[in-house]
Amino acid sequence: MFSRAYRAAITLPPLLWVAVFLLVPYALLLCYSFWSVSTSQTIVHSWTLDNYRELFRVNVYLQTLFRSMWVAARVMIFSLLLGYPLAYYLSFYAGARKDLFYQLVIIPLWVSYLVRAYAWKTILGSDGVLNTLLQYVHLTKHPLEFLLYSPFAVVLTLTHIYTPFAVLPIYAALEHIPRNLVEASHDLGASPSQTFWRVIFPLSIPGVLAGATFAFVLSLGDFLAPLLLGGPSGIMISNIVVSLFGAAYNWPLGAAISLCMLLLVVSLLTFSEKLEKKWSFR
Amino acid sequence: MATISEPVIRSAKSGVRALLDIRNVAKSFGTNPVLRDISLQIAEGEFLTILGESGSGKTTLLRIIAGFESANSGEILMEGERLDLLPPYRRRVNTVFQHYALFPHLTVQENVGYGLRVAKLPKDEIATRVSEALAMVKMSAFANSKPGKISGGQQQRIALARALVNRPRLLLLDEPLSALDANLRRQMQVELKSLQREVGISFVFVTHDQEEAMVMSDRIALLRMGELEQVASPREIYSRPATAYTAQFIGHTNLLRGEIKAGVARCNSLSWRVGLPEGPALFSLRPENIRIVNSETGPDIDVVSFRGRIRHQAFHGATELLQVLCDDGLTLSVRAATRETRQGELHLEFSPADAVLVRESPERG
Amino acid sequence: MELPMSARRASRWLPWHAIAVFAFLYLPIVTLIVYSFNGAGVGGFPPRNLTLDWYRMLFADDAIWESVLNSLIVAFAAMAISLTFGIPAALALDRANFPGKALFRRLVLLPLILPGIITGLSLSILFHDSHVKLSMLTIVLGHGTALISVATTEVFAGLQKLDRAQEEASLDLGANYWQTFWRVTIPNLRLSIIGAALLIFTLSMDEIAVSFFLIGRDNTLPLEIWGRLRRGITPEINAISTIIFIFSLMAIVSWYRLRMNAEKRGLAM
Repeated sequence: MFSRAYRAAITLPPLLWVAVFLLVPYALLLCYSFWSVSTSQTIVHSWTLDNYRELFRVNVYLQTLFRSMWVAARVMIFSLLLGYPLAYYLSFYAGARKDLFYQLVIIPLWVSYLVRAYAWKTILGSDGVLNTLLQYVHLTKHPLEFLLYSPFAVVLTLTHIYTPFAVLPIYAALEHIPRNLVEASHDLGASPSQTFWRVIFPLSIPGVLAGATFAFVLSLGDFLAPLLLGGPSGIMISNIVVSLFGAAYNWPLGAAISLCMLLLVVSLLTFSEKLEKKWSFR
Repeated sequence: MATISEPVIRSAKSGVRALLDIRNVAKSFGTNPVLRDISLQIAEGEFLTILGESGSGKTTLLRIIAGFESANSGEILMEGERLDLLPPYRRRVNTVFQHYALFPHLTVQENVGYGLRVAKLPKDEIATRVSEALAMVKMSAFANSKPGKISGGQQQRIALARALVNRPRLLLLDEPLSALDANLRRQMQVELKSLQREVGISFVFVTHDQEEAMVMSDRIALLRMGELEQVASPREIYSRPATAYTAQFIGHTNLLRGEIKAGVARCNSLSWRVGLPEGPALFSLRPENIRIVNSETGPDIDVVSFRGRIRHQAFHGATELLQVLCDDGLTLSVRAATRETRQGELHLEFSPADAVLVRESPERG
Repeated sequence: MELPMSARRASRWLPWHAIAVFAFLYLPIVTLIVYSFNGAGVGGFPPRNLTLDWYRMLFADDAIWESVLNSLIVAFAAMAISLTFGIPAALALDRANFPGKALFRRLVLLPLILPGIITGLSLSILFHDSHVKLSMLTIVLGHGTALISVATTEVFAGLQKLDRAQEEASLDLGANYWQTFWRVTIPNLRLSIIGAALLIFTLSMDEIAVSFFLIGRDNTLPLEIWGRLRRGITPEINAISTIIFIFSLMAIVSWYRLRMNAEKRGLAM
């Protein structure tokens, strides 16, 4: 139906822009990961695998990566645990107030990330709201130190940020389930909880996978929360990359780590997509 | 007003309780009354159709029996025990849904065996019963297919098998044939009917299609605006409609409005003797009961004669439906065997016995 | 449609869970707002000395307002870029087949899920190697690129709901492709485009990860706040955060209203 000129007009401009501003930079990133930095702080354009060797040789990089993945995994699990029942409530129980509740879930998403992370800082600090509240009601005598500047704070904040990200795709998947399937299940003798595990949950899996992927991948690459709330024990892989591009000035090494992250993210996405397809029964 | 049909007479005589006893069930959605005071009994082994227009409440009644809605008042008993107090997953009732509601993530076999698995029956028993059920609906070859890959008619059979495999006391069917094309529909009507006979379970079938109801049912319960208009066998309901609505809803009819005085019914220029009380009267006269004759017969108390001209002729295959304008201004539908051409003025007659006295159908708010 | 009444008896803890999660989601926001009026500053419980002092300090703070202005400029410019390239991208994905389409789709959607810093630093490498100085322009280019995926996703979803027959009717009646595009396609996509624009604007105003690497002399608002946070918490931040929250709230409520209105009138999204 569409002429070649039309199709060229809609294809070429975005293609060009994306090529210049996404493809080329990623390609440069790739190149940089094989270069090195000289002692006089200039980039040496000679091809070497040193950066990658460094990654595996020096413990701190792998350790931080695994710690980041562990943080991301916890955020993913908590987001799902918090988000799934909420999405379920919205879809099956909320009735007329469904729209209102949906808006209530989205609103925090639109409030600045920085603002929310910062808010947790004020809540969790030793002079913060939570500690002074606990002391005020005499539950504790001294401020709880682990609340802030710890992986706990990072996981808590990121869970707060990414739970809505988990709720939305699960909600969408639940909404797509025809209600007569639930009735059919009851009709055939399955109680509500049997119906949930045999019919509703399996059909919601694509949504769960999407939400889990978002939560995991976005948490993995997060650098703000660890910087604001993580303290020394809460450093994550992105913080290392940021410092390598900043004070630590080692662009090639930073590029190598970034590339690994990119590969990791892309493979996770592909894996998740394949799983989603397997579980989608359209 | 229910006319007693054979299965119920049998069970009444033998003293057996009706399978399902619906007593004074009423249901409103908000301020909107959908069912008003429904009482109905369903016998063992009978094929009952709940017939009605959209909005008549037929689907709501079915859903109340299944357990997906609860009535505002009244009760339902199955074999003497309160059915309406049980949630749907504890009733010995299964439903064939209008759009089949097959589980997309399970194979055909897993769909059919769902109720049995939920009841935690032993695996080999499940396997046996599932293959029997699939064979019964002639879908054994599709055991490992997914619902998304089979046609509508095939999905319908699977929905049927899935319900029947649980050996319910009662099977509910919610307009299961409405999504099928005409030929497939007719075929399925015959199959469903013979299946019901074979299995011996009571079927409660909901439809808006009166032809379908007549073909399949032992009894028809005609529902209008939340109340039962008439409950009777197809033949009974066709030849002896109780109300004007029934007469018009099922098949075609002519409604003749007139008066009975001193044993004579008079509608416009037509009159005949009746043994009915005096007062205003409404008669239902089926088009096929009006005969076209060659010449005017003599005054005959057994026949009502009149003349008319053809205004419109509609071809229906074996028969045609004629709109005839009578001398006194009345227009009547006449069903006759198809002829190539019909000329101007016709002589027509009908037997007084075929003019059935019907009640007015009141407007309901 | 809701669960059949039989199932509703089953879960009584669900509503409580929902309330708890909502409380968790809104706790920080409420804390911020309340403490922006707290005379005693950032921490402590309970809040006391209600005051507007922090707001007064905020309004006198020139650096913040400069950064707000910068952010606004960047947001509008990014919106323009993202829409200009995102809308054709969505159309291309929906209607055209060309070599490398799969790669193109992946590439366009990647910045959505990839950690922002990767997009940011790869762009900074580009600018560094092309000897382009970091400035507002580089930030605009960064935001525009990163947010194309938002425009594409929203418009693509809208295209799925678009009735092809309308465009065919337009062509049938004599309009050419270009005219059909402006007279039929775009008006039908109006809602998707507005939604995308609002989302891009909000995301750009809050963007840190990409901006971090592309910043020149001029700060955007988030980076300005960020800089201050490094130096220590001031209650002024509570005040500006509250204001940001109110604006975000207005943005999403108006978007939602728009969408509900259009759906009521039966327009395509």
